[in-house]
Amino acid sequence: MENEHLIAIEEFCIHYKVEPSFIYSLVEFQLVEVVTVEEKKYLSKDQLREVEKMIRMHYDLDINVEGIEAISHLLRRMDILQEELTALKNKIS
Amino acid sequence: MEFIDYYKILELNKEASADDIKKAYRRLARKYHPDLNPNDAAAKSKFQQINEANEVLSDPEKRKKYDTHGRDWKNQEEAQRQQKERGERYQQSAAGSSQGFAGDFSGSDFSEFFESMFGGGAGGQRSAQIKYRGQDFNATLQLDLKDAYVTHKQTLTVNGKSIRITIPAGVENGQTIKIAGYGGEGINGGPSGDLYITFSITNSTKFKREGNNLYRDVELDLYTAVLGGETTIETFDGEAKVIVKPETQNGVKIRLKGKGFPVYKKEGEFGDLIITWQIKMPTSLSEKEKELFKELAKIKSNGK
Repeated sequence: MENEHLIAIEEFCIHYKVEPSFIYSLVEFQLVEVVTVEEKKYLSKDQLREVEKMIRMHYDLDINVEGIEAISHLLRRMDILQEELTALKNKIS
Repeated sequence: MEFIDYYKILELNKEASADDIKKAYRRLARKYHPDLNPNDAAAKSKFQQINEANEVLSDPEKRKKYDTHGRDWKNQEEAQRQQKERGERYQQSAAGSSQGFAGDFSGSDFSEFFESMFGGGAGGQRSAQIKYRGQDFNATLQLDLKDAYVTHKQTLTVNGKSIRITIPAGVENGQTIKIAGYGGEGINGGPSGDLYITFSITNSTKFKREGNNLYRDVELDLYTAVLGGETTIETFDGEAKVIVKPETQNGVKIRLKGKGFPVYKKEGEFGDLIITWQIKMPTSLSEKEKELFKELAKIKSNGK
């Protein structure tokens, strides 16, 4: 780790026992952003929570990257709806 | 301690093959996994049961032990103890059905039944286990609306650690804030998890809050409503003088700019206070008052 906010993809893959190709397919689907420093590729620390979630979806639940993309989109919409619901609940309470 | 029917949880029969178990686990996990059901305590509890069932049934040794002794496990334990003491036969009685889980898995991911039969600290085969980044913690903080009106500091105890946090004025009920790095510690040099605090705001005031605006019904006497004038009303943190227009109708709203709730993270900015006039009709009228009202009524009907 050269920067405390960045984690080298290789290192990340060793710890999580995942293939780098999986991470790169997440990048291809624009689900994860990669930072390149001196030709080495890194993930930012802020994304770890989301990437971990995607690893669980893929390796534990057998969901392919297309499925993860669709689920991520739906979860984001759920978040927005949840916020709206809270605001509406606050309005009527 | 209740017996848990792991086959029933995975919707399988006792003859299920290893492949059936794997398929059933994945099918149910896709339905109840907390990642796919955020903020759903019922799904989380169901997933923990599914996970525990899979932990036992997907491991041939554990499955064998469960199939042989599972239903009588409680009796078995007791009997072994008695046999040891007196060399007697063990009593046989129904250990109860699969219903009635403890439901609360907050302390441990596994049930009492599981831990008694297989010991704690099982698992390790799933990638959900922490390998690098620390676990995220979630906490709920209850505040009164009065506390949410001013920026203040509060000390919280999360997993035995004291954390002093600043709660900015204007937080909303149901809002979650992230305190980065205050979750569980990372492993293998990984970063710590985060702490997520959700505010639950109760309201014991006369005001109703909607976003940054505050609402309140205020009584207005008939004469001020008819003739107009000045009245003092209570605001959230003090008082304000308000001009009442002549012939103000019941239910009319007035807006007091900047007398509402603080805007979150925008110091010095406030929403508005919206007052709804509730005109109070006079009661217990004296003879003199009745006469005057009659006169007023006469003037009104003659004037038409």
